[in-house]
Amino acid sequence: MNRFAELLDRLAYERSRNNKLRLMIDYFRSTGDPERGWALAALTGGLSFPHAKAGLIRSLIAERTDPVLFELSYDYVGDLSETVALMWPTQSAPSPLAGEDWGGGSGGDVQTATIALPLSTPTPDPSPQGEGESLCKEHNLTLTDVVETLARLGKAQLPQQLARWLDRLDETGRWALIKLVTGGLRVGVSARLAKAAVAALGDKDVHDVEVIWPALAPPCRELFAWLEGRAGKPVSGDPAPFRPPMLAHALDNADLAGLNPADFTAEWKWDGIRVQAVAGREGKPDGRLVARLYSRTGEEISKSFPDLLAALRLPGAIDGELLIMRDRRVQTFNVLQQRLNRKTVTAKLTAEFPAHLRAYDLLADGEEDLRERPFAERRARLERFVERLGDERIDLSPLIPFRNWDELIAARKNPASAGAGPDAAAVEGVMLKARAALYLPGRPKGLWWKWKRDPFIIDAVLMYAQRGHGKRSSYYSDYTFGVWTKGDDGDELVPVGKAYFGFTDEELLQIDRFVRRNTIERFGPVREVVHEADRGLVLEVAFEGLQRSSRHKSGVAMRFPRINRLRWDKPPGQADRLDRLEALLRHIEQDQLQGQIA
Amino acid sequence: MIRPEDILVPSPSGVCCKRGGFHIDPTRPVERAVVTHAHSDHARAGHGAVLATPETLDLMRLRYGENFAGTTQALAYGESVSLAGAKITLHPAGHILGSAQVAVEVDGLRVVASGDYKNADPTADPTCAPFELVRCELFITEATFALPVFRHGEPDAEIHKLLHSLALFPERAHLVGAYSIGKAQRLIALLRKAGHAAPIYLHGAMEKITNYYAERGIALGELRLARGAAKASLAGTITICPPSALNDLWTRRFPDPVAAFASGWMRVRARARQQGVALPLVISDHADWGGLTATIAATGAGEIWVTHGQEDALIHWCATRGLKARPLDIVGYGDEEGEDSSEGSEDAS
Repeated sequence: MNRFAELLDRLAYERSRNNKLRLMIDYFRSTGDPERGWALAALTGGLSFPHAKAGLIRSLIAERTDPVLFELSYDYVGDLSETVALMWPTQSAPSPLAGEDWGGGSGGDVQTATIALPLSTPTPDPSPQGEGESLCKEHNLTLTDVVETLARLGKAQLPQQLARWLDRLDETGRWALIKLVTGGLRVGVSARLAKAAVAALGDKDVHDVEVIWPALAPPCRELFAWLEGRAGKPVSGDPAPFRPPMLAHALDNADLAGLNPADFTAEWKWDGIRVQAVAGREGKPDGRLVARLYSRTGEEISKSFPDLLAALRLPGAIDGELLIMRDRRVQTFNVLQQRLNRKTVTAKLTAEFPAHLRAYDLLADGEEDLRERPFAERRARLERFVERLGDERIDLSPLIPFRNWDELIAARKNPASAGAGPDAAAVEGVMLKARAALYLPGRPKGLWWKWKRDPFIIDAVLMYAQRGHGKRSSYYSDYTFGVWTKGDDGDELVPVGKAYFGFTDEELLQIDRFVRRNTIERFGPVREVVHEADRGLVLEVAFEGLQRSSRHKSGVAMRFPRINRLRWDKPPGQADRLDRLEALLRHIEQDQLQGQIA
Repeated sequence: MIRPEDILVPSPSGVCCKRGGFHIDPTRPVERAVVTHAHSDHARAGHGAVLATPETLDLMRLRYGENFAGTTQALAYGESVSLAGAKITLHPAGHILGSAQVAVEVDGLRVVASGDYKNADPTADPTCAPFELVRCELFITEATFALPVFRHGEPDAEIHKLLHSLALFPERAHLVGAYSIGKAQRLIALLRKAGHAAPIYLHGAMEKITNYYAERGIALGELRLARGAAKASLAGTITICPPSALNDLWTRRFPDPVAAFASGWMRVRARARQQGVALPLVISDHADWGGLTATIAATGAGEIWVTHGQEDALIHWCATRGLKARPLDIVGYGDEEGEDSSEGSEDAS
């Protein structure tokens, strides 16, 4: 448990993805089975302990500490698990005064007697050997002990068992144990990153692990055996596995010249979330049908979209875009967002925000794997597959007809008149796919291109700058910018967004220098910089969308804002006004409204 | 019969002994001061006369220059001096080099002002004399870490954590924030004790003080200044710097630095995260909760005065033990952290 706790502790503070990977690789390499397998399960969200709740932890600490001291401590620390971990009374903390001669020979008045421990340390309950306790009596408590014991333990025995473990662990160990059993393990590691760390043990790509992941069950001994070259690759028996997706490169107008329009098909890039919808039969060809929905990163999101899951009635694997469809019209991402990140999916939610799958590609048709076939062939199979499904919740992503690049450029500029019609507001750009391309995981060069719609652009004024994290911790790299509006005393700037990327390293240095030399006030890590009509820095900000927001004083929130250009040449007084954003917002909303009416 | 408050009285600028005509750790200039240790919230320049251990006087000279006080008088541990019937004796406080508790006796009644102290295992700090317990009627204690959540643990385990990180990221520089007087040198000594033999780099603000420690025979091994070192040569090395330098422009000279911070505050995650620390090391020169309560009980004092820190919790604890306790509202005592912020920029240009 200590090694695992140390890992979690370190991960919780480390911000860089690469360094998090290194820490995990070191752990997986230096830790044996089954311990590391349980750790992998914990990091990928594969462990849950239904009986351990925060209330239980609270009552355990209440039995052991003075309530006034607990409240003062909780107030200071601010996190229940951490407070309990830190102030849990232990026997193993002897007073440094005990048993020592502290006289030091400096005069007869000095007390030299041994002093008894005045700390309040309750004697641990001499309870009979609990289940699993014998396992860990002789060695340090391991994660494996915890997992295996909890799997057998009834709810009634849990408090006593937890207390015994907490007695044996140190501060970090107690923190990790409480976070683990109460399900609050948040150390900034995604399931995919943990899988990438494991894959690195065998110089494999994370996709190789993703592919067989559904076939594995913790503690995943066979996975580690394969990665360490001690056994063959585990075989997936999963009827509805995730397949590593194929991704596109961003296209520059300059790239077009080197491409032959006849080699490519084009379709709209829909602004939803990319998903994989998979169905397959368990065991025999007439077995039970299992259907699953995966995110682009391979995380299962079936539970969030039961309405769509019901439509996956034929064995196969569709690569597509999850959208919200109302009255046969695609809704914008703003609408979809209201369906995401909900803990419970109610009937009201699915009725109001009906999930829809727009199919891009077919990776498997029944038992047949199509990934080694060219796109043109897969597309034909997809068309037949969607037709066979015959469900209005799943439709085809239409192709954009074009004979030359000029026609495609025109279509991208005006999707509404090029076939997208009233759905144009949900179009993010254009996708180009080589007719001959096989379905290759990752981002292979030259086969798929995404050609995003031009972003919205405004000129805003830098108002506040905050120091970044990790490598950027000595740079002011997070910028809050504002636009002009009428205030009580004439024009004033109102913040409209925050951006922390889009600039080059050289530009970062320039802005950093500007911030340091033009600070007018400091609030901890934040500096307010000069922003007047004739003094200040104008930032050209690019963003993908706009929505109303009651959380911002300006009433608008940008989607995906980034610094496009530094306008040293432009006086702040000439930066954009809030009116312009409001007009843009009305325009976007009108588009949406038309989509609903049409 | 004489009472403790006849010997010492609290005042906003520090505890005062009217009989002896002196203040202990006064926060503004006074005629006569007894100084417990050299951290700047306790040891200020500009007093008429200063009484302290020879080490504390040396450190004050290094920090403030030769003329930091009108006159000085050195008093070694265990030696006594009488001022108008008040007998002053200095005892090791175990906080930093030269740190002392001030025992004042009048007519056989003894009160002790502890200053800052830690009562750890003597091997946990090779750079100063270990804390000595003095029985007394009134004990004035610090309360920097006076909450039960503060348990400092073994510093060796934290040093191991630092060395493990160094082995894991050999291409990165490890910057360890530490207060310039005491903590920095203790860290170096602990690293040496753990077998780390490579040169350790120093921020310029640490140089004078660290040299003083080395001159006194405290084994610190090979030390180099980070200033002027080639960036690539700092990969895989440890540099000790003031905490405020961790987020400074100064860090740009290091390859992909790992920010560590050695302090008792690092026990609390929110504190570590606030400071942008990636590798918190719980190493403190103050007593933790267990140390404070054990010491208070062991002094045998019936009356406890509590200064700077989490007074509430300690006063509550004293009440549950039947001890008379009160907070002292002295303005100006704080964490050593404050002292270092002014000297964080070595060459911020």
